[in-house]
Amino acid sequence: METGPILRALMHNKTSFILIALQIAVTMAIMVNAIGIIQERSIQMSRPTGVDEANIFYLKSVVFNAAANYEAQITEDLDAIRNSPGVRNAVMTNTVPLQGGGWSSELQLEPGVDITGTGVAMYFVDEQGIDTFGVNLIAGRNFDANEINWHDFETNDWPPLGIVTVGTAEELYPDEPAEAILGKTIYVNSDEPVTIIGVVERMQAAWNSWSGVERSMLVPVKRGSSAVRYVIRTEPGYRDEVMPQIEDMLASSGSDRLIRGMETMADTRKQSYLEDAAMVKLLTFIVVLLTAITGLGIVGLASFSVARRTKQIGTRRALGATKPAILRYFMLENFIISSTGVVGGAMLAIALNIWMVEAFNLQRIAWYLIPAAMITLWAVGQLAVFGPARRATNVPPALATRSV
Amino acid sequence: MFSYYVKLGLSSIRKNPILSSLMVAAIAVGIGACMTVINIDYIMSGNPIPHRSDLLYHVQLDSWDPNDAYDDPDRPPDQVTYLDGTALLAAGEARRQVLSYKTGRVIEPEGDDLRPFQADSRSTTAGFFAMFDVPFLYGSGWDKNADDNEEFVVVINKEINERVFGGEDSVGRMLTMNGEPYRVSGVLDTWDPMPKFYDVTNGPFNQVEEVYFPFSVSIAHELGSRGNTSCWRPVDGDGYAGFLGSECIWMQFWVELHGENERQAYHAFLDAYVESQKALGRFPRPMNNRLNNVMEWMSDQEVVDKDVRVLLGLAFLFLIVCLLNTIGLLLAKVTRRAGDIGLRRALGATRRAVFAQYIVEAGVIGLAGGILGIAMTWLGLQGIRVLYGELDFIARLIEMDWAVVSAAVVLAVVSALAAALYPTWQACAIQPASQLKAL
Repeated sequence: METGPILRALMHNKTSFILIALQIAVTMAIMVNAIGIIQERSIQMSRPTGVDEANIFYLKSVVFNAAANYEAQITEDLDAIRNSPGVRNAVMTNTVPLQGGGWSSELQLEPGVDITGTGVAMYFVDEQGIDTFGVNLIAGRNFDANEINWHDFETNDWPPLGIVTVGTAEELYPDEPAEAILGKTIYVNSDEPVTIIGVVERMQAAWNSWSGVERSMLVPVKRGSSAVRYVIRTEPGYRDEVMPQIEDMLASSGSDRLIRGMETMADTRKQSYLEDAAMVKLLTFIVVLLTAITGLGIVGLASFSVARRTKQIGTRRALGATKPAILRYFMLENFIISSTGVVGGAMLAIALNIWMVEAFNLQRIAWYLIPAAMITLWAVGQLAVFGPARRATNVPPALATRSV
Repeated sequence: MFSYYVKLGLSSIRKNPILSSLMVAAIAVGIGACMTVINIDYIMSGNPIPHRSDLLYHVQLDSWDPNDAYDDPDRPPDQVTYLDGTALLAAGEARRQVLSYKTGRVIEPEGDDLRPFQADSRSTTAGFFAMFDVPFLYGSGWDKNADDNEEFVVVINKEINERVFGGEDSVGRMLTMNGEPYRVSGVLDTWDPMPKFYDVTNGPFNQVEEVYFPFSVSIAHELGSRGNTSCWRPVDGDGYAGFLGSECIWMQFWVELHGENERQAYHAFLDAYVESQKALGRFPRPMNNRLNNVMEWMSDQEVVDKDVRVLLGLAFLFLIVCLLNTIGLLLAKVTRRAGDIGLRRALGATRRAVFAQYIVEAGVIGLAGGILGIAMTWLGLQGIRVLYGELDFIARLIEMDWAVVSAAVVLAVVSALAAALYPTWQACAIQPASQLKAL
């Protein structure tokens, strides 16, 4: 085709060429990395917690009368809640997935002070815990009611039984299927043995950006204290109706306590990923805006470039070039410029990504983003140049003979 | 001649309204994007206590696990244990010092109309208020005697004073917290350090606590921290006493030191203290004590969100795209005005004159772009508020001050001038003869 003449023409007039190519390159670098971040965050945000998010809510009961008998109060509360209409089950526990605050301890395969452990999130529950959270027990069994112990600030020893998530099992015994951890003994607090009696499919920890977010353990302990958290699971669809009822019931059942911090699991998730969701929206806006600006920029530069060459176009037409040939010329010229731009852009995008991985600990972009961005920018370029190129075809051959 | 160039510049802008507006718009959008992120970064990395920030030092001792640093690669814990905090406090080697931790109290206002409510509290020694220059509306903090005697005093903030005492001077009155009466010794004025530097471990952009009472009282009531508590080994003894004697970190210790000599002296003291503890079998890790002043500590803890830094990088690249657009538009304008330039040159204008004219024109466009850019920045910050609105501290991040406004205009003018360099150089290179032929 006419690549030869086009290239030579471009070499004579490098400015337009460099400007468009550079703009495409920088746009591509931004676009690829922004989309990479969007992808990474979206994947993060879509991870399931493993609990019945639609029907769970929780609240804190704060007793401020120091003489109160915590155990009696908690037992009474749980009975009342569990027997309320619309409530499926309830449990007293320390935290919920994605809450942002919680308890973690290290589990070891061998006892001893010098052994490296694995951090695991702890959930202190009773035998209703699994049903309340709605997690899936895939192997072994749940706790029995008589295996649950009351602890307070004084108690130090750890109960001898535990239920872990698949994430924990896979981290402790990476070469075996998760179920194989049943019956094994692991050690907490350096030397206290815990036998695993059950495996739950998934129950995320409280910290969504923690590398160990899939590692949790259910511990058969009720920790009595002045401030406790009740997690309540309602029958499907009853959550909003039941929430104020439970709050009122607890608040009016004794004068020396406050009910506070009532949240749904759904809101907890939203709060947990608030910044990620915002970043996704922000970056999407930037990518769209950037593409628009670059597109318009190319339209402008192409119009300018065409306007400068009206005499040349007129001459070519006078010498017999057809309208489609002129159109093809400009589309092809833009394609070559865009190609230079996207190749430069690919290198710039990778360089930018390497720097951001270094500096900000981001993830590397998926390889297919580069060709996807290249195709997008080729398309944007061609679309942008179409208008000016069409106008170029309308230049009359007679222009060649005029001196203006 | 300068005013003549300004006149020429303005008339040229008028003659090419579309091109000029596009240029102004391109610069404005680029500046808007950049300054929005810069504003947020500027506020987040601002100095919360500029007149004292190099006098206040945060103390870190490496009391952690011999097999595992608190934080890779070799960073000591960000909080101190009860044992170490109280020992350093008792030694009194610094000019001023404060030991504190975050906790919670339930306030029981008098009268049947007002229900009890929970208040974010800080359990602290007396030095807190003077060291951190906390503003008081009424009264003041307490003194060392109150600390030593475990007096039930409390400092409350303006909002709680409104809520419980109707906003009047409540110094000397009693406030019941968790069933016990505390004497109000002071009411805080509005206090909003950004970030909340004295406790970055538990929410660097949180509001400050609402209620403050003596550390000794809090310990006597066996109150734990409502912030982060981390232990690398299990608690040895039983109950709260066991917890106090453990290696769990849960409080913050700050000292006030003036000048390099005092800083070095204190560091030497810390090293000596750790040596003495090592003799008792504690501190198995190598010596790794740190003394960081406010800004050093903020930087060490990377208080500015990583996302902000990422956006900053992307925003600058965005500005570059906008500037490339501007260069193209300027080139187009120069080509259109080629005849004009040729004429001026033929009439005797030097290259320098042409250069000056077009640079000034670019400056005018930059100025216009900067002013429009301020509006764009405001829009951008409102957008941020909509996106991140649920975070309480966002309202403070989107305030524009004069520094940001001026920076916007300066950045716009500088960018416009930079973008204009190449097209203006091209303009100077236009030969008069080539243009006059076609006229």
